[in-house]
Amino acid sequence: MFKVYNGKKDKVYQILNEKGVIINEKDEPKLKKETLLKMYKTALLARQADIKGLQYQRQGRMLTYAPNMGQEATQIGIAAAMEERDWFSPMYRDLSIQLYRGEPLENIYLYWYGNERGSIKPSGVKNLPINVIIGSQSNIAAGLAMASKVRGTDEVTVFTIGDGGTSHGEFYEGLNFSGAFDLPVVAVIQNNQYAISTPTHVATKADTFAQKGVAFGIPYALVDGNDVLAVYKAVKQAIDHARKGNGPSLIEAYTYRMGPHTTSDDPSIYRTKEEEDAWAKKDPLIRFKAYMISKGYWSEAEESAYLEELDTYIGDVFRKVESYGAEVALEEIFEHTYKELTDELKEQIKEHKQFMEEL
Amino acid sequence: MKTLTLLQAINEALDQAMAHDDRVVVYGEDAGFEGGVFRVTAGLQEKYGKLRVFDTPISESTLTGSAIGMAINGLLPVAEIQFDGFIFPGLTDLVTHAARFRNRSRGQYGVPMVLRVPHGGGIRALEHHSESIEAFVNAVPGLKVVTPSTPYDAKGLLLAAINDPDPVVYLEPKKIYRAGRQEVPNEMYEIPIGKANVVKEGTDMTIVAWGSIVRIVLKAASMVLEEGINVEVIDLRTLVPYDKETIINSVKKTGKFMVVTEAVKSYGPASELITMVNEKAFYSLEAAPVRLTGFDITVPLARGEKYHFPSEEKVVSYIRKLHKEKA
Repeated sequence: MFKVYNGKKDKVYQILNEKGVIINEKDEPKLKKETLLKMYKTALLARQADIKGLQYQRQGRMLTYAPNMGQEATQIGIAAAMEERDWFSPMYRDLSIQLYRGEPLENIYLYWYGNERGSIKPSGVKNLPINVIIGSQSNIAAGLAMASKVRGTDEVTVFTIGDGGTSHGEFYEGLNFSGAFDLPVVAVIQNNQYAISTPTHVATKADTFAQKGVAFGIPYALVDGNDVLAVYKAVKQAIDHARKGNGPSLIEAYTYRMGPHTTSDDPSIYRTKEEEDAWAKKDPLIRFKAYMISKGYWSEAEESAYLEELDTYIGDVFRKVESYGAEVALEEIFEHTYKELTDELKEQIKEHKQFMEEL
Repeated sequence: MKTLTLLQAINEALDQAMAHDDRVVVYGEDAGFEGGVFRVTAGLQEKYGKLRVFDTPISESTLTGSAIGMAINGLLPVAEIQFDGFIFPGLTDLVTHAARFRNRSRGQYGVPMVLRVPHGGGIRALEHHSESIEAFVNAVPGLKVVTPSTPYDAKGLLLAAINDPDPVVYLEPKKIYRAGRQEVPNEMYEIPIGKANVVKEGTDMTIVAWGSIVRIVLKAASMVLEEGINVEVIDLRTLVPYDKETIINSVKKTGKFMVVTEAVKSYGPASELITMVNEKAFYSLEAAPVRLTGFDITVPLARGEKYHFPSEEKVVSYIRKLHKEKA
């Protein structure tokens, strides 16, 4: 598919259309029922966790929160195509991938609640902490993959980046390095149409982001990012290619950020209701659900029951986070600056403790 | 035991570290096939192969960024920034990730990388080839910064840096890469990070210096000794986290304090050291501390260098002035 879907604007790889109908039967991935259920249920969890996260923030209970709403298909497609042993070098809007690959919602909420402990990953979950600075995950991915090559392991490293992130030099520098050494890297541009308020056409004259792959000399493709099957298929192919030692690939997943950039953002300033409504019809969950029902793997009744279950679950998780998330001991903010506390840091702790005792 | 230049001592440290531990990889712009523009890594690719010693595209951002990924994924990367003034595109990843990954991941991922940087001026080079970057890297929580002034320290400090669990910036005083030879033990050894070295004992004042400036201060100190001024000279060796105790003990003994560095004056490393001495040994001071530094200007090209970098004559002059100050 990387040869046919060549980064031209009118060549968007799609398997599942907006109505949830398979339009490209020979490419439909043969996924097991359990896998598809895990994919769909994680997408629903991510969507509900976003809706609730935004509500908690408005209630003054959650701090700044960056929802992934609208991008679930892109992210679930990526995560499902990865093996457990593969590395993930994330951007900051990757909730569905985080959840699918085994990060507990409790940790993720704890992070957005303002506590670094939320970035601790369960053992064996090879997701790096989310990357708030733009673009540099491409460099880190190159290093992870270089180490895999030097050590002779067969891990692949996947990194995500936004359309805005491709304006950063590091995106090019890191991927060029990965290309030069044939490193096992898969880069996915989540083109959600906006870098906060700046639309893609203001940020680049390039027709598509996929075509940037030409300059790296690596395979590239433009994929419907709201089609979970197309993303899965493309990323899987890129991962297989990388694992065989053939080097990196670049995929542009064309999608839409249905929510705000973060809770500090008001999209009504820079986009129209008509635009949002048009994209709402392309909501990735609508077609995913239709596909699951058509397969006989899901029903409306199961959907209602599961949403209810999620409502309770997410509420419980957040209340748990609230119960302890604000407790941070003074030593905690110092103790991981270096492996061992320096004398200077010990002194700074001591001085502040004296001040606290004097209060 | 054999005699090596500072450059050879660094090469030997890299060689032995690579032989000792498969996880060590060495790379940079022209650092592989050619052995680096200064030849610091000469012979290593032949010996350890292209997988562990390699040339990179010209991207300092990827040099530092990829080192982070390699360190997280089980290697001990030693990356070379070609010249001090080229580090700036690499600072992004150094500051925003390398220095913070341990903290961000609550200790789950340390970044045991070494960034080697040929450092400092006085070599009549082009713009961006003679810079002092202490003020940039020293102020980043999570980084360690070391710099040797002798072949012996160069080997021991580099081995300590490679074995350190945290990211270390290793500043190489390129002016004295080949300035002299010193006996260096054949075996592997470490100079502990965080320990300064009293390289000359004295009673009348304390001077702290590091890198290529240590030699200049030592020469100045021997010149004034004939006049009866006995200077204690401390080679700081580690800039972060630095050895306060050695400095404080010395100042308590001598009562006078001077820092000599080619780095900037304002907000530069001398300011930190003097503030610390004021905090910890104020009542031992018999005169206001002195900083003899590079100017707060762009490092001049070759013909203007003579004014900018502290010379023996200028150090002597500042020593005499400080010596005359009475409590």
